[in-house]
Amino acid sequence: MPKDDGIGAATLRREDVRFLTGAGQYTDDIKQFGETAAVFARSTVANGVIKSIDITAAAAMPGVLAIFTGEDFVEVGGNPAGWLINSRDGTPMHEPKRPVLAHGKVRHVGDAYAAVIAETAEQAKNAVEAIEADIQELPAVVNMKDALSSSNYVHDEISTNQCFDWGWIEDNREATDAAIKGAHHVTTLELVNNRLVPNAMEPRSSRASYDRSRDEYVLHTTSQNPHLTRLLISAFVLGIPENKLTVIAPDVGGGFGSKIYHYGEEALVLAASKRLNRPVSWTADRSEAFLTDAHGRDHVTKIELALDEAGNFLAFRTETLANVGAYLSNFATATPTFLHGTLMAGNYTVPNVYVNVKAVFTNTAPVDAYRGAGRPEATYSLERVIDMAAREIGRDPIELRRQNFIKPDQYPFASAAGLEYDSGNYDALMDQMEKVADKAGFAERRKKSEAKGLLRGFGVNAYIEACGIAPSNLVGVLGSRVGLYDAATVRVNATGNLSVMVGAHSHGQGHETAFPQVVAEMLGIDATSIDIVHGDTSKIPFGMGTYGSRSLAVCGSAVVRATEKIINKAKKIAGHMLEASDSDIELKDGVFSVAGTDKSVSFGEVALKAYIPHEFPLEDIEPGLEETAFYDPANFTYPSGAYCCEVELDPETGKVRVDRMTAVDDFGNIINPMIVTGQVHGGLGQGIGQALLENTTYNEDGQLLSASYMDYAMPRADDLPFYTVDHSQGTACTHNPLGVKGCGEAGAIGSPPTVVNAVIDAMQSGGKNVTHIDMPVTPHRVWSAMKNA
Amino acid sequence: MTKVTMTINGKTVVGDVEGNTLLASFLRDDQRLTGTHIGCDTSQCGACTVHVNGRAVKSCTMFASEAEGAEVSTVEGQAAADGTLNTIQQAFQDHHGLQCGFCTPGMVMTTAALLKENPKPTVEEVRTYLEGNICRCTGYHNIVKAIMAASGQDVSAIAAE
Repeated sequence: MPKDDGIGAATLRREDVRFLTGAGQYTDDIKQFGETAAVFARSTVANGVIKSIDITAAAAMPGVLAIFTGEDFVEVGGNPAGWLINSRDGTPMHEPKRPVLAHGKVRHVGDAYAAVIAETAEQAKNAVEAIEADIQELPAVVNMKDALSSSNYVHDEISTNQCFDWGWIEDNREATDAAIKGAHHVTTLELVNNRLVPNAMEPRSSRASYDRSRDEYVLHTTSQNPHLTRLLISAFVLGIPENKLTVIAPDVGGGFGSKIYHYGEEALVLAASKRLNRPVSWTADRSEAFLTDAHGRDHVTKIELALDEAGNFLAFRTETLANVGAYLSNFATATPTFLHGTLMAGNYTVPNVYVNVKAVFTNTAPVDAYRGAGRPEATYSLERVIDMAAREIGRDPIELRRQNFIKPDQYPFASAAGLEYDSGNYDALMDQMEKVADKAGFAERRKKSEAKGLLRGFGVNAYIEACGIAPSNLVGVLGSRVGLYDAATVRVNATGNLSVMVGAHSHGQGHETAFPQVVAEMLGIDATSIDIVHGDTSKIPFGMGTYGSRSLAVCGSAVVRATEKIINKAKKIAGHMLEASDSDIELKDGVFSVAGTDKSVSFGEVALKAYIPHEFPLEDIEPGLEETAFYDPANFTYPSGAYCCEVELDPETGKVRVDRMTAVDDFGNIINPMIVTGQVHGGLGQGIGQALLENTTYNEDGQLLSASYMDYAMPRADDLPFYTVDHSQGTACTHNPLGVKGCGEAGAIGSPPTVVNAVIDAMQSGGKNVTHIDMPVTPHRVWSAMKNA
Repeated sequence: MTKVTMTINGKTVVGDVEGNTLLASFLRDDQRLTGTHIGCDTSQCGACTVHVNGRAVKSCTMFASEAEGAEVSTVEGQAAADGTLNTIQQAFQDHHGLQCGFCTPGMVMTTAALLKENPKPTVEEVRTYLEGNICRCTGYHNIVKAIMAASGQDVSAIAAE
């Protein structure tokens, strides 16, 4: 039985109280004396030459304090790509400059070319209307295939719309081609992984202040990784020394990837705060969020699966066009490559894998990592083509997967796509899924649906993904320009309570509750005496933040390492207090005792002694009790799962409803099962949203047609079912001290193919030979597919 | 500028507003009640939901001047004076019905309106009533469960952790 608040306990979240009472402090809630407001002038065309910008009238408007244009930032750096990708021929990718404000050309609708700072946001908005910009509209490049053959370039200076042409693994190409050529059966599938808008409910917001007495800046901003944001601003964009810039990400209302990146608005408010010597704030409205937040997915893929006569997988070959939009967002180049191509062996012993990805510039918003980042794209391609192959060769889709699964005695397993999986048991997950989803009862449920005139489909999926991207020395070889460790400082205060400063950032994940559970378990003290400090670069050590389901596996491991150091030092102090050797000191339930005796001191007494070091052997023990650890993982963690979905489909209207959704995941060890389950729920909601509802649509002129909640189908409560979530089949991660994997993205990775496989099953049960349908599976698409089948 | 007087969470307040000042802005910027959030421009997301004269209203669709003389309640007024969460708030915590917390004030206020109109709603009624409140974090499972629990109904059959 887990303790009330230790590892494994479903401890209620302490952060909830402030959110439930309206006491949360999000960036837009923070007001500073003398604050001014920034509003951006944004392009209404997707591609255009900026002929002139006349600010005379706008500058004379009431309340206007300053106007910035791209001209003001010509001398400063661009917002860089965090990962260098080399093309198959060895040439480096194209990296056109991404300026703070557009200069010379605007490249997507929403591209900011000027900003007005005024006393109030309303005055700034009015002044933006008065800016006279002469922008000569050019034809837009929107479709990826057209972009590759077009001589109309998003960036004239690189004379191509192809950012890179990447092969993974290039040495496997010939063997993969040969395996496909000689195979008994090849299944080929062309699909679209639909473009999504992350839509964190809190729009992006940034507020800067400048202290001229110290030449220092403070930036409050909606970030998942404040240290990374500071580094980008300091080292690449504005050149503000890191020690003169504090970045604070306070309460952040969801991220899902979109708040990893540094955006030009952050640089603008910083520069403006210095020029005006007053705080400058900006908060996006929802339209700006749709137009300028980094979007997700947007792949067009052809995948082939080769099988032998017995149904063994021989090869997967994938060709993908990946849209990166008009500029490279910070991780835009890593997402379709190392977070996608490396997963293209799935859960399978397949010997040959080759992936080709061409990244394409278009006159659309930048595209980058969104919940799952590359792994949903990989899983969708694999699990759709496997399902299609099973139907083509007349095999049960579950049995075909099982036949090709990596077995538990094969770990560590070197996948054909270049990763080393450390642990897993895919058959156990599938067994458990069949049980909790009541697969046996499906036939009966189908009959009931059919009695109502509805078709019922059963779809499955087996996924593996890679979390906590690492280690730094490997990703460095592969092109990463950052390290991927994290950091924690554990400070035991003199009165015995603890402050734990972490590099990870919590914007819904519940770190303030889960991390103390780990420390409490290790020290044997009450978790309520432990507070997590995050989100403020002036308080926390340099950590890389929260994305890629890394917080617990990477930063949590740093917390463990720092706490181990605390225990070691505390034992020394206890040994001194008890006149015993520290090797004889044991820690249990918050009490240090000398082994085999009744001599003991409490954790609190040791803490106090650390700060009042009278009679300390100062040559052996320094005063104080505070330790920092940086943790760089040995490998990714590899969560996996078996998912099942049952849909009901109305053949008269094409409307699909998810009736049952089951997720059985292997997350390794679990710290807080309540939070883990909630993370899976959220991922499932977004994955079902991608499968059934959400789509980002640009017309041929590059106008975003789905730019509000009136047009973009966000999943609502009545679109989604209750979910069945199970994580009883965990296999511990072998290389981090907690044995944990990552749970934040799994639901969004595993669910889209599961839903689509179920929809195909439903349509086929109705006698329609529909073999594929693209997401989102809208009533119109289903109805048309069935009509044309 | 016009003078407006209203009662917010039981306290009479007087403010000067422009004719086009939204109630949401008046609450946030003038009254510094920042629990009421603004998540969209089109009255779709419901993060700004408050009660005006006992009815749930999206405060981004109402001018502050229209609330002249009204009784307004916001998320800040829901817990007891000693900080004890009310039944709805406690159910959201007990059933992990929130993650990032941004939509949460709107969810709490909408739930209060629902349960006032319909003290024992069905799951379907809850889901339908929440159509005007978007949450991106929870997939709604635990929100619906929390609301069922807040209405005093047995939620043990709803898949749990």
